[in-house]
Amino acid sequence: MTLAAAENDRERPGNAALFLAYLQIGLTGFGGVNAWARQLLVEKRGWMTEQEYAETLGVAQVLPGPNAINCAIGVGVRFGGGFGALACSIGLLAGPMALLAVIASLYDAYGQLPLVRAVLTGIAAAAAGMVLGTAVKMVDRLRPTLPLITVGITALVLALLRVPLPFVVLGLAPFGLLAAWQVLRR
Amino acid sequence: MSGDDDLTQLVVGFLGISLLSVGGGIAVLPEMHRLVVETHGWMDELGFAKRFALAQAAPGPNIMVVGLIGWHVSGTLGMFAAMLAMCGPTSLLAYGFASLRGRLAGALWMRVFERGMVPIAIGLIAASGLLLAAGTAEAPLAIAITVASTLFVWRTKGSPLWVLGAGAVLGAAFLR
Repeated sequence: MTLAAAENDRERPGNAALFLAYLQIGLTGFGGVNAWARQLLVEKRGWMTEQEYAETLGVAQVLPGPNAINCAIGVGVRFGGGFGALACSIGLLAGPMALLAVIASLYDAYGQLPLVRAVLTGIAAAAAGMVLGTAVKMVDRLRPTLPLITVGITALVLALLRVPLPFVVLGLAPFGLLAAWQVLRR
Repeated sequence: MSGDDDLTQLVVGFLGISLLSVGGGIAVLPEMHRLVVETHGWMDELGFAKRFALAQAAPGPNIMVVGLIGWHVSGTLGMFAAMLAMCGPTSLLAYGFASLRGRLAGALWMRVFERGMVPIAIGLIAASGLLLAAGTAEAPLAIAITVASTLFVWRTKGSPLWVLGAGAVLGAAFLR
């Protein structure tokens, strides 16, 4: 069977199916949505191949904005154009938004109780470590060259010195791109 | 705390951050911190860190912290307005790219962009972590939790929910 034929054999989800799939992804997606999305779309439903999903996620990560939402839009456009994109992104956000409204109300009502306050401080300290651990892990995995490391550390220092984001991102971008170009040209 | 003025500031602030959020939501936390804590004083440092933690512990994309901030400033309307301001511009851009014909993945310019912008994103993410850690470091135990959680996420493949759970238990036991 040729590749094109294999693609035709696969089921193409409609917008309602896309919405329901992303509703499920949003509500089950603890600790980052992307792993859950891959599992459902590639493994369980078989709507996309591993490679197709990886490429869609890759584009989503390069663009600015939340990766998970960008990726949902990419998946939606692939199967259903603009309405598909709406179905996926609204599906992804509907559940967590509703849940978050409940959480926010509870926080307003009980957030200052000593026990709740203590639990949240503990979770917040752990979440700070999660972010730091993610940063270290990314450096570990990338094994960047010295110029790229310099760009990264400069971004860290500038952000800590409270230099506004536009200056950090736009100011360092030429140096980052140049350093990357040197690596990839070889 | 609400009022048209705060709502406008909220929307304008997140619109300004949206298209610069290379590396996703966490990379722009320092900028959100500036907007929410430093410029407008809508909440203190610990309140900011806790809302981020709530968004991490709940299911869904971690950008939901923007919704929690919006809720705090202007209620339900603030929640939707802040999310739309943060995600609207980038979503339109993502739609534009997704609609382009042809394969983007693997193109040289895209690989250069990815390689070149990732270090900036990582630097910003590290700054976010340090900022959040400083906001929660009210007791030695809180610092210890942060360090242990950093090591766990870095060195193991375990779900991050374990460290959030452990943080909750340790906080309940010792941080009162």
